Amino acid sequence: MHELSIVMSIVDIVNQQAEASNASVVEEIEMDIGCLTTVEMNAFEFAWQQAVRDTSLEKTIKKINRIQGKAQCMDCDAQFSIENLYDACPACGEHLIHITAGKELRVKSLVVT
Amino acid sequence: MCATCGCDANGNVTMHQPGHQHEHGDHSHSHVHPNKKIVDVEKDVLHENDLLAERNRGYFDAKNILSMNLVSSPGSGKTSLLERTLTDLKTTLDFYVIEGDQQTTNDADRIHATGTKVVQINTGKGCHLDAHMVMHAIQGMKPKANSILFIENVGNLVCPAMFDLGEKERVVIISVTEGDDKPLKYPDMFFSSTLCIINKIDLLPYVPFDIEKVKANAKKINPSMEIIELSCTSGEGLQNWYEWLKSKVLSPETVY
Repeated sequence: MHELSIVMSIVDIVNQQAEASNASVVEEIEMDIGCLTTVEMNAFEFAWQQAVRDTSLEKTIKKINRIQGKAQCMDCDAQFSIENLYDACPACGEHLIHITAGKELRVKSLVVT
Repeated sequence: MCATCGCDANGNVTMHQPGHQHEHGDHSHSHVHPNKKIVDVEKDVLHENDLLAERNRGYFDAKNILSMNLVSSPGSGKTSLLERTLTDLKTTLDFYVIEGDQQTTNDADRIHATGTKVVQINTGKGCHLDAHMVMHAIQGMKPKANSILFIENVGNLVCPAMFDLGEKERVVIISVTEGDDKPLKYPDMFFSSTLCIINKIDLLPYVPFDIEKVKANAKKINPSMEIIELSCTSGEGLQNWYEWLKSKVLSPETVY
């Protein structure tokens, strides 16, 4: 249940940024969560509801961009989409691949008033 | 809900443009909403942990401490491997151990019995160690320069994968009583580890565990991963682990 730690880190980042920009209300949070991270979205949503209950973020809208996994083969340079870390290069079958997208876990921006 | 006074006209979500006037249930007044603005954040969620991990890493580098994060599911033999290693090598190398468990000091007591300095971290409900916990543990422990620090993480093949502790090497341990598809089921831990130890090989005749298959599965996720097979009970293969360990220790003369 590391999702709760992740949610608490997001809440800390949002509160710091909101305070630094003298915001009274955070209306929206935009974040990137890559499909190859170990974040289970149902657990994330559950942890989120618990973390923001009775706080100023309770009604804040979450905009989550799910970033699809992409990789480049280090043998033949082919670029392709992956769903699992153990996927092989579809061109040459090698597993020596470099992941180029899908590991993102970041707060992108806030809409505040 | 009105962001300024918190009232809700109809009990429904309402949308308003800045600078407008509107009714507020049984009390009417007008006010101006401050303008919305977008704050660019672009910050990694685990940024704070990663900063502390780099701080730990800097401390380890400065003191030439070889730090290792041992991860596995519960019962794979992390503590047994440490007990054997500490007992066999304590006259040639300086060791320190940080033990992570939700509760009890059982593991720290086992390590203490080998004569090694140990700190137990109890995470309470937490499912992993983080860089902040390790920072406080090393502050209390004050490991000597040119030593080896083992950090035994909470038994869990999922959550600890995400949290950098500042370690030099991450060692994942699986035992032959587990499934040989474990690397595929828990790929993140194998992706982020540098060495895989397959423990309890003395039990191979009694369990349907295909050791070649587990190695192939681990290599699918992490082709550069090194693999050592051993048994803490029979002692078979331990020498390979000790040699690997010694190969990672930088002599003080080469560090400047």
